[in-house]
Amino acid sequence: MMPSFPLRAKGLEAPDYTVQRWTRMSIFGTSGLGVVVAVLALLPFMVGLSVTYAMVDFFILLLLAMTWNLLAGYGGMVSVGQQAYIGIGAYAVVVFADTFNLNIVVTILLAAIVSAILAFPISFFAFRLVGGYFAIGTWVLAEVVRLIVVQFPQIGGGAGISLAAMNDIPKDLRIAISYWIALGAAVVVLVVCVWLVRSRIGLALTAVRDDVTAAATSGVRVQSVRRRVFIFAAAAAGVAGALVAISTMRVQPDSVFSVQWSAFMIFIVVVGGVGTLEGPIIGAIIFWVLKQLLADYGPLYLIFLGAVGIVFVLFVRGGVWGLVSRRKRLEIFPVGYRFSQPEKKTAK
Amino acid sequence: MNLLEPIVQGILLGGLYALFAAGLSLMFGVMRIVNLAYGDFAVLSAYGALVVVNAALINPLLALVVVAPAMALLGYVLQRTVLQRTLGLSPLPSLLVTFGLSIIIQNVLLLFGSADQQRLTLGDIDTASVTLPLGITVGVFPLGVFVLAVVILGILSWVTAKTQYGRLVRAVSDDPDTVMLQGANPKVIYGIATAIAFGLVAIAGVAAGIQTSFSPSSGSMLLIFAFEAVIIGGLGSLWGTLGGAVILGVAQTVGAAFAPAQQILAGHIVFLLFLAFLPSGLSRRKVRA
Repeated sequence: MMPSFPLRAKGLEAPDYTVQRWTRMSIFGTSGLGVVVAVLALLPFMVGLSVTYAMVDFFILLLLAMTWNLLAGYGGMVSVGQQAYIGIGAYAVVVFADTFNLNIVVTILLAAIVSAILAFPISFFAFRLVGGYFAIGTWVLAEVVRLIVVQFPQIGGGAGISLAAMNDIPKDLRIAISYWIALGAAVVVLVVCVWLVRSRIGLALTAVRDDVTAAATSGVRVQSVRRRVFIFAAAAAGVAGALVAISTMRVQPDSVFSVQWSAFMIFIVVVGGVGTLEGPIIGAIIFWVLKQLLADYGPLYLIFLGAVGIVFVLFVRGGVWGLVSRRKRLEIFPVGYRFSQPEKKTAK
Repeated sequence: MNLLEPIVQGILLGGLYALFAAGLSLMFGVMRIVNLAYGDFAVLSAYGALVVVNAALINPLLALVVVAPAMALLGYVLQRTVLQRTLGLSPLPSLLVTFGLSIIIQNVLLLFGSADQQRLTLGDIDTASVTLPLGITVGVFPLGVFVLAVVILGILSWVTAKTQYGRLVRAVSDDPDTVMLQGANPKVIYGIATAIAFGLVAIAGVAAGIQTSFSPSSGSMLLIFAFEAVIIGGLGSLWGTLGGAVILGVAQTVGAAFAPAQQILAGHIVFLLFLAFLPSGLSRRKVRA
């Protein structure tokens, strides 16, 4: 059990009241999720190669959705330009693995670092804009990154480039390795997201989202809080891009810099439940299943996604998680505060 | 290198961008909606004109007589039934819904058309040109679009400044609740504003379809150009938007004169310079977002 914090206000004779962060449900939920992760770690031994391969895609989407949710759902920063960092991360892996012959895990860390470093100057442009214009602004910035990247014939120009580093590894081992790396990355990002939402930064972030002026007058350093989250989301998108490069062994600018990535992230978060930690996980499962079933239908599939997304925004604002937890307050992660009065010993 | 010709062509291209930007700016000014499907509605109009042209064998400008009112009606219905539900303090719902619409429109066009580039044609006018003083040759059609853009922006600014509807628009943009107390219905005002914006997007979409080619996916580029023109010009100013559109157009054509493949990047870079050093744009007006 996590420690609970007794309230000790001066002159108040009520030390029995406590504020708790863990509830029975979140203890159950978090440990249940731990079991799921352990099972997932063993999955490559149990299922076929095609399932393992498809699961890498799931973790990539999950990573992206969780951090997009942090940006838009908690921070009010609706970015349509996360593909900038997906592309940067993918190219970073190719450059570091093939040109500098670094270990593949190291290149993923470097992809995150490079994306974060580039997000820093980019944030100064993007943060000039707010709300809807912020959205298009991030999109333009992603386009600028793409147009600059395709200038360099050394990394394939407009045609793209193949990743050679993992050619020597047998196919099944290669896919299993990318699976474990993807699973690990998703777990790390999830833990960081939970920690961020629990921490002062998460509180400051939601305050800024709900009322910038009130947050600023309460002492929140608005731009700094936003910037930290923006950079973290960029680093995570960089990791997602790195995973794309490793699992497909090819980087094509039109595909890694495609705005469709943003469409997918948005769909996942909206359907799962925006502004909750559980939402993107549920949304990613729904999206991934739909993708396996319907992706062959091409345009029809995308029309369906767009329509479902609109219906959720209009009529089911809380998403699937909102529907599930409407009756009873549910939480898998210990992010809320509970005010409780454990035992009334003196009353008897 | 003679830069005079690309500059003049850029100014004319700016007329086309101003047509796009006016509708985007109108929807934001009145309803605080940033319509991410805006460029796709322009492409939809161009395809609509293509269908009318092929069916009735008339020229695209006459097709506009059908397409522009149809789009305006679509805009009104869309605002009243869908977009109205997304209005509120948070920009998230309207952004998500319009992004969803953008994906739907692109893929519906892919489904019924093809991914190929299409073009509307006016016959000889497409390539006709006139020679201005100083020996600059410009296309007749781009010149016409520029004049049309100035006329339309003039009408729009007259409507917002002088007419009863314009006063209502400005009032509702400041405080919809008080307007309601005075007996006007903001929802109708919103609907009409969206109808005007969609009529404009139809005109701009057909003009762009004649001037350059289009495909189901070319809407996002149009949205981005319109957005850049609005930001360079400064929010909430129609003539600023025209100035912004002209600057963007000139940046692109002059950029293309130096490096033909870098036309779009040149425009983006000028936009970023404005964003960095003059974030309130040419009009220098502060607008709440």
